[in-house]
Amino acid sequence: MVNVQEGIPIARPKIGSSGFTGSWRITKPVIHYDACTKCRLCYFYCVENSIDLQQDLYPKIDYDFCKGCGVCADVCPTKAIEMVREVK
Amino acid sequence: MQVESKVIKGLVGNHAVAYAVKQAKPQVLAVYPITPQTTMLEKLSEYVESGELKAKMIRVESEHSALAAVYGAALAGSRVFTATASQGLLYMTEMIYWAGGQRVPIVAAVATRAIASPWSILDDHHDFVSKRDAIWIQLMAENVQEAYDLTIQAFKISEDKRVLLPVMMGFDGFILTHTLEKVELLPDNVVDAFIPPRDFNLIDFSDPLGIGQVASPEDYIYYRYEAQRSMERSREVITEVERDYEDITGRKYGLIDCYMCDDAEYIIVSMGAWSGDARVAVQKEREKGIRAGLLKVRTFRPFPKDEVKQIVGKSRGVVVFDRSVSYGSGGVLANEVKSASYGLDVPIHSVIAGLGGKDVRPLHMEKVLDDLALNQLEDERWLL
Repeated sequence: MVNVQEGIPIARPKIGSSGFTGSWRITKPVIHYDACTKCRLCYFYCVENSIDLQQDLYPKIDYDFCKGCGVCADVCPTKAIEMVREVK
Repeated sequence: MQVESKVIKGLVGNHAVAYAVKQAKPQVLAVYPITPQTTMLEKLSEYVESGELKAKMIRVESEHSALAAVYGAALAGSRVFTATASQGLLYMTEMIYWAGGQRVPIVAAVATRAIASPWSILDDHHDFVSKRDAIWIQLMAENVQEAYDLTIQAFKISEDKRVLLPVMMGFDGFILTHTLEKVELLPDNVVDAFIPPRDFNLIDFSDPLGIGQVASPEDYIYYRYEAQRSMERSREVITEVERDYEDITGRKYGLIDCYMCDDAEYIIVSMGAWSGDARVAVQKEREKGIRAGLLKVRTFRPFPKDEVKQIVGKSRGVVVFDRSVSYGSGGVLANEVKSASYGLDVPIHSVIAGLGGKDVRPLHMEKVLDDLALNQLEDERWLL
């Protein structure tokens, strides 16, 4: 354990310590698994690390933190990710 | 106990500071060359190349990168050093604030130099004083010996766990960096004992933590409050480090230095190399029968408010010599002295001189002190 002096600005890793950024989203990426080839490009490109790989190596999106930027949909070679508008 | 075996060498300021850095044994250096600091970098590179200094010298593409590199290394636990001047310090500014806010032990030497525009490579203090709000301890040397001594002290102050702040050691460009002076050097083993290796770090792979991320308004103001408290604590630590250093070397420093202040009616306040000229001016005034004294500010941050107020309070008139201006307000040091002297009924005058390397001699200071004693000195006078 690092002995950090009181008053030095550091943070311990904790999920959601800066709030749930998924609430910023206006379009939501939805994976159509029938078209997914498990190429993992979306997983590598996700700027927020909001895409994780499941046991079977299919990607799964964490909607608590996905801001809906659409990079995953853009890089998907089989167009398996659809951006669905969430705001009415 | 005072050191018996004294090594006396003739060194220019840049080489004296490089020598002090070599003795402090930093593990990581990242320096980008800029006039008038360049010969210091050259000397440090020679030390690394010859193996005299076992350190990683990172060749960076800018001053911003230089400080970013040593910032990371310091977080990981290394003792680090960088140096710059003028435009380089300005380019480094973003990282200056990062390092101060994060309270990382870093020592940076600043060979003070004027800032463009118009272009000048000569001495004034605009670059140095512009970093006064960046949560850095700022020390200013009067001569080459003091630059050497302060560099060694800076490492100890910076790494003290009661402080944990980066330290900027300012010394006048060309006037000190390129002037050969007799310097008394400490033996390596004495410096080793004075500043033992750093024994702590922030980065531990088995215990990850985040550094430099977003803070909520509640956290942000709390950390800034802690930084201010750390600055206040550092006064005591600086005094303590200086006392220990005096025990070894016999050279006495303090937050301020007072020359013939005890019975002085008229005080000249200065910072940096021209304090030497001010000493001469004070002597000349004394010969003329004017009781003058010099108050030299050694620690610009934290500013020695109580010490300054005490000296000013005993005098009949004060003149502050400034090599830098807060435009639209006044001389930077003069403003500090006025602020520290709040509530006193002593006139405090400001003299702006020496900008961009304009020569200032004891004679100029004598004239100002004469006018001060005759009550003929304006609130603000520029020595054009």
